[in-house]
Amino acid sequence: MKNDKSIPRGSAPIAVARTGVANLASVRAAFARLGRVTAPASDPVAFARAPLAVLPGVGAFGPAMDALRASELDLAVRERVEAGRPTLAICLGFQLLLEGSEEAPGVPGLGLVPGVARRFGAGVPIPQLGWNRVVPDAGSGVGLVEEGWACFANSYRLGSGEAALARAAGWRPASAEYGGAFVATLERGPSLACQFHPELSGAWGAALLRRWLERADAAVATARGTELEGRWPTAAAGGAR
Amino acid sequence: MSALRIIPCLDVKAGRVVKGVRFRDLADSGDPAALAARYEEAGADELVLLDVSATLEDRKAALGAVRATRAAVGIPLCVGGGLRSAGDAAHLLEAGADKVAVNSAALRNPALIQEIAARFGSQCCVLAVDALRAPRFPETDAARPGKLSPGFGAARDIAGRALERLAAGAAAAEALRASAAWEAVADAGTLATGVPALAWALAGAALGAGEILLTSVDRDGTASGYELELVAAAARILPVPLVASGGAETAEHFLAGARAGARALLAAGVFHAGRLTIRDLKRSLMAGGLELRPC
Repeated sequence: MKNDKSIPRGSAPIAVARTGVANLASVRAAFARLGRVTAPASDPVAFARAPLAVLPGVGAFGPAMDALRASELDLAVRERVEAGRPTLAICLGFQLLLEGSEEAPGVPGLGLVPGVARRFGAGVPIPQLGWNRVVPDAGSGVGLVEEGWACFANSYRLGSGEAALARAAGWRPASAEYGGAFVATLERGPSLACQFHPELSGAWGAALLRRWLERADAAVATARGTELEGRWPTAAAGGAR
Repeated sequence: MSALRIIPCLDVKAGRVVKGVRFRDLADSGDPAALAARYEEAGADELVLLDVSATLEDRKAALGAVRATRAAVGIPLCVGGGLRSAGDAAHLLEAGADKVAVNSAALRNPALIQEIAARFGSQCCVLAVDALRAPRFPETDAARPGKLSPGFGAARDIAGRALERLAAGAAAAEALRASAAWEAVADAGTLATGVPALAWALAGAALGAGEILLTSVDRDGTASGYELELVAAAARILPVPLVASGGAETAEHFLAGARAGARALLAAGVFHAGRLTIRDLKRSLMAGGLELRPC
């Protein structure tokens, strides 16, 4: 690998789910600018076991969910997030974690976060394209997400009114306003779901990705320690040794 | 509400930027990636690369420019110019574009909009409309149908139907009047189509375009400001975000474009020549009460 020198010692490529409909170039370029190597992943076992993984998403909820199921990446994402392995979900990837979306009635989502994505209401141009202010919810403590401007491209969102259940499930929210408040990010441990595109959110987005990498790397290091005691499945994708 | 976007547009030919771009401390550089990075640093909210190449080989070079620009910048990148098919769109998206803009090819084949939106999503399908003020336009259409450029019948029909649907709504009378005032032109503004520009933009949104990039051909390059009547009429009828383009030269022009209803403002020459920096522009727009992403 040509970038070996810039990769922190022992880190495997970040697995980026190849769902067939998403454009991976922007996400991969953003991590490359942070000195990290990414590899598209379509194999569910490799994706489930990669130390760090990204679920990107562009396009429509129904076809994306179909593509995930066809490749069994749905199981892999579920396994990762439930096990608390570092996972970053972006845009449609955020919505896929939910129970479903108005965009594809009857198509179940991954169900990792309670709630359903609904279309923005009347009175605002749809899709929302461009920059909006993200603010961590009051009383949610200090997390990965700091107040700032993020770049969105979405027609559906999780309304803030529905965020109580997500909060109860341990997800820490940040919000934005577009014809009403909606959930911009959810984070739980080393998992981060962004309704916006951190990879397109300039310096603020790059800083958020850097903080996620730090937390994710720390979680991997802790898990490796545990692995020596035999409690963590063998990391397949090239470890430190 | 989301912030007003400021978008510089780079014209690229054979993978190099044409129409000189001058940064004070950067010697005349045709490298799109270097210029794009400078614009991101200066506070640009998004970038448009417009491929003005005429030959196939030059188009291939444009893909290289998209790749290099993608590697360099962390803001949205929209690429337009010369797209003929959903396959072309796929190549550009793979190379790192976040959105693609279709123009003449969609006027000749409106289904292209549907195809791109269905495959890649509305949020990455931009319809670029070049609007030319044509005061006698409807009369021309009705009285001399034989004089219309061939090949745009489908777009004319579809635009007509979009307008009829709108006519049922409240904005009808105004929209109908405005629709007669501008014609969509093809092939970089060189070919009249007989397609009413505003109705076509409306039809494009219904077909799946998630954004309309509306350029006033009359104002482009004149430094006389956006064509506000056009921007206002489009903003009133379009359900999707509107990017205004053509003629911006001063901060007042940008302010007026935003007040007329554009969600994003595109300009080229004024930024390239360094007559107005994005930083200064954003400061004065914010002083004018508009919400922008600070830089």
